Amino acid sequence: MTYIPHSPNERDAMLETIGVKKLDDLFKDIPARHRFPDLNLPPTLSEMEAAAELAGYAEANETTQTMVSFLGAGAYRHYIPSAVDHILSRGEFYTAYTPYQPEISQGTLQSIFEYQSLMTLITGMEVSNASHYDGATAVAEAVNLAYAQFRGKRTKVIVSPSVHPQYRETLRTYTQGMGLSLVGDDARDDIDSGPKEIETLIDENTALVVVQYPDFFGRIFDYTELAAKVHQTGGLICVAVNPTALAILKTPGEMGADIVVGEGQPLGIPLSFGGPYLGFFTTLKKYIHKMAGRLVGETVDNRGQRSYVLTLTAREQHIKRDRATSNICTNQGLLALASAVYLSLLGQKGFKQVAELCYNKAHYAAEQINKIEGYSVCFDTPFFHEFSVCCPRPVSEINEHLLEHGIMGGYEVGKDYPSLKDRMLIAVTEMNSKEEIDLLVDVLKEVNHE
Amino acid sequence: MSEINAVKTPIVVEPTLFELSSPGRTGITFPKSDVPTAKLPESLRRNILPIPELAEVDVIRHYMHLSSFNYSVDGGFYPLGSCTMKYNPKINEDIARLPGFANTHPLQTIETVQGNLALMFTMQEWLKEISGFAAVTLQPAAGAHGELTGVLIMRAYHQSRGDAKRVKMLIPDSAHGTNPASSGMVGLNIVQIPSDPNGNVDLDALKAECDDTVVGLMLTNPNTLGLFDEHVEDVIKTIHACGGLVYGDGANLNALLGILRPGDVGIDVMHFNLHKTFSTPHGGGGPGSGPVGVTAALEDFLPAPIIGIVDEGNEELPPLYGYIHPAKTIGRVKAFNGHFGVILRAFTYIAMHGPDGLRKISEYAVLNANYLQARLRDTFHVPFERICMHEFVAEGIVKGSDVRALDIAKRLMDYDFHPPTNYFPLIVHEALMIEPTETENKDTLDAFADALIKIAEEAKTDPQLLHDAPHKTPFGRMDEVKAARELVLCCWLPEDYSSAE
Repeated sequence: MTYIPHSPNERDAMLETIGVKKLDDLFKDIPARHRFPDLNLPPTLSEMEAAAELAGYAEANETTQTMVSFLGAGAYRHYIPSAVDHILSRGEFYTAYTPYQPEISQGTLQSIFEYQSLMTLITGMEVSNASHYDGATAVAEAVNLAYAQFRGKRTKVIVSPSVHPQYRETLRTYTQGMGLSLVGDDARDDIDSGPKEIETLIDENTALVVVQYPDFFGRIFDYTELAAKVHQTGGLICVAVNPTALAILKTPGEMGADIVVGEGQPLGIPLSFGGPYLGFFTTLKKYIHKMAGRLVGETVDNRGQRSYVLTLTAREQHIKRDRATSNICTNQGLLALASAVYLSLLGQKGFKQVAELCYNKAHYAAEQINKIEGYSVCFDTPFFHEFSVCCPRPVSEINEHLLEHGIMGGYEVGKDYPSLKDRMLIAVTEMNSKEEIDLLVDVLKEVNHE
Repeated sequence: MSEINAVKTPIVVEPTLFELSSPGRTGITFPKSDVPTAKLPESLRRNILPIPELAEVDVIRHYMHLSSFNYSVDGGFYPLGSCTMKYNPKINEDIARLPGFANTHPLQTIETVQGNLALMFTMQEWLKEISGFAAVTLQPAAGAHGELTGVLIMRAYHQSRGDAKRVKMLIPDSAHGTNPASSGMVGLNIVQIPSDPNGNVDLDALKAECDDTVVGLMLTNPNTLGLFDEHVEDVIKTIHACGGLVYGDGANLNALLGILRPGDVGIDVMHFNLHKTFSTPHGGGGPGSGPVGVTAALEDFLPAPIIGIVDEGNEELPPLYGYIHPAKTIGRVKAFNGHFGVILRAFTYIAMHGPDGLRKISEYAVLNANYLQARLRDTFHVPFERICMHEFVAEGIVKGSDVRALDIAKRLMDYDFHPPTNYFPLIVHEALMIEPTETENKDTLDAFADALIKIAEEAKTDPQLLHDAPHKTPFGRMDEVKAARELVLCCWLPEDYSSAE
């Protein structure tokens, strides 16, 4: 099955207009010895056959729907209102390109403008770009901003060890050729200390401090003092956030953050095995010229109508070429739309309600688990919807047992922090009922007794 | 004044979500809590959450109104050069939404996601076969992200050999703008290589820059002129001779499926754009997906993890798919497993086409481009007298008229076509870069060519009509200077807005 509409007659008429006899004649510039290779691929399928084959792959998975899930660690299961996907499924949105021609792209442009507005309000910042690939790359782009802001003269970036391990790894990859030193998280498993530890590392050479809120272990720290400390020596602070938490938590903007980034997946985007997700990036107006990514601004058209365009494009790769802060081009347009639709459906009331449900259910779960002999919640720091549990046995063993009972247990912290192999990171959202939590508690009890 | 100008356009502006907001409204309610309320410390609580409040119907109508302001592939012909705006098959959308895929968490144990992992493994194998590379990563999120990945791999390769003096990346003037930016991010120095009179890489200029400080060459082939480099094997040989590597920008792969495997001619690294070549929708600016293929010599440097077989299985047990960490990996380039939802769509597309269908894609993409080129050549100058590949670049100039490429582009909207890419590539004066793709029929191409020929006439008889275009679209030309000067980048609830609480 192909999507090529030409009849043989049309094809021949077109070849004649071009002035060649057959299709092969169009490829004379291709080196003859490599031309027209035989591709060893399965033969063509009809739509019906392809649908069946793909359904087979899908059926070979267990999912967060077929099982009870307490897995989070950077990707969270939330209820997605039906209307979100109905909007995303409009061909006018999903089959459009980047809005380079504003006269016929106002739908995309206004929706990005509204998305930018929503993100600045949630994070408490002044400006937002049109998105990055995901939370990890948004953190890496924060480093790019800071690097450009200090014109490469400050070379130290401090990263909290309780920033998501995959974000930290991505940051290391991105900065390989930049001559930066990344400090603060080198092979340390001492994550008990919190932001005080980081303050001791700040100096005149510090371009950026990166922390997470709530952090990888679910903890909530107020970074106000840390931000003030960073600013004393002129550096910047980036806070990576979970946007759902910000429905009820003090914003990083209030704490004095310079850059607030995060993973927007919790805002109406399916888990989809890790992507596509949504990296959001917000900052203060004074850093806007060093910010990477697309930006939509309000203007008027020649008929006097309010309208929107891509603006400050001189920052971007297609104009600034090798001096651009980043090479980003295609971003996560449709996912930004998803998050804006999600937020506008929930509104103030719904968004708070989701966050409160998460908060209450997670705290109920933590309290119940803490009561089980041998288990304890590892920190007494406030947390949002995720918390670390110190377990009596290796987490992998416990999770195997949970799996037999149809439960996806929490994330095994030891995979990233080798000395913490008995710690499990449990996420609870509005999707987990009290019955599910009670079931988890019952099965955890069993594991201990075996 | 022309007839069209006389038509008074109604004001079509859609209020923002914030202007539509009304205190106390909500588009969804959630169940009552079934657990006790836990107390959040006051010092951590936020006071106001000033986001809009709307009913579901308000939200739907708002976005429906906005959607009507968009041009799209589903709505019409979108010959945007270098962007491969082909038709996006509907079945792909259904597949990506299957609950068995959409509800899988990226950190599930491998035993519970064998469907996903088997599919990703197969996708790696298929992309290897299509491109002639030894290994593929599916992790990069978009084309530019794939470029960054590729350049990091090239750098890591030289560093691993103790060859630290290589800091120079050669980039032809016909390359995509992301190429220099990707190299710049990795701290490399960029040297631009000119094109020769036939639109190929200037071999002499290339040779002059080749020394032991060269990291490599970033080659777009077919290039942004839509031309296949006639000396591609010499170009690659030249780079290899000085110890450099050749990066292939796969943005133009839609010309080469079943025609040429880039790995076979000696390209060392290449990214794929699944959102161009393999029909996944552009989403108004993403998500894309930019897998990267490499030769055997570079396999160990791929981002971790890639998908592999971690247990061969036996007669009774199928193989177990899992994550493999290449020995000298550059590390992760993003969190989790790449743009799985996009990969699913592209996988479905490849599965349906098979080897013959894939070749047909490129044959007809090239046929359509050459047909348009042949029909338009007498009206708009095409600087290179050659058979083009999947796209071509014409000069948006009409003799005896002061109209520019921009005016022609805007006027095309009045004929209900999306304009071609304009002012790119930079090496063609007033460039109009036209890529029709294979999914357009002859009638559409003819209507488009007819419109352009008519516009060329209009340029002579009524140039103001073009300067003022578009006329029939809901919005006219925008004041871009105002946008950049005033920098209104977000909106808020009205000042007197009081939340219902």
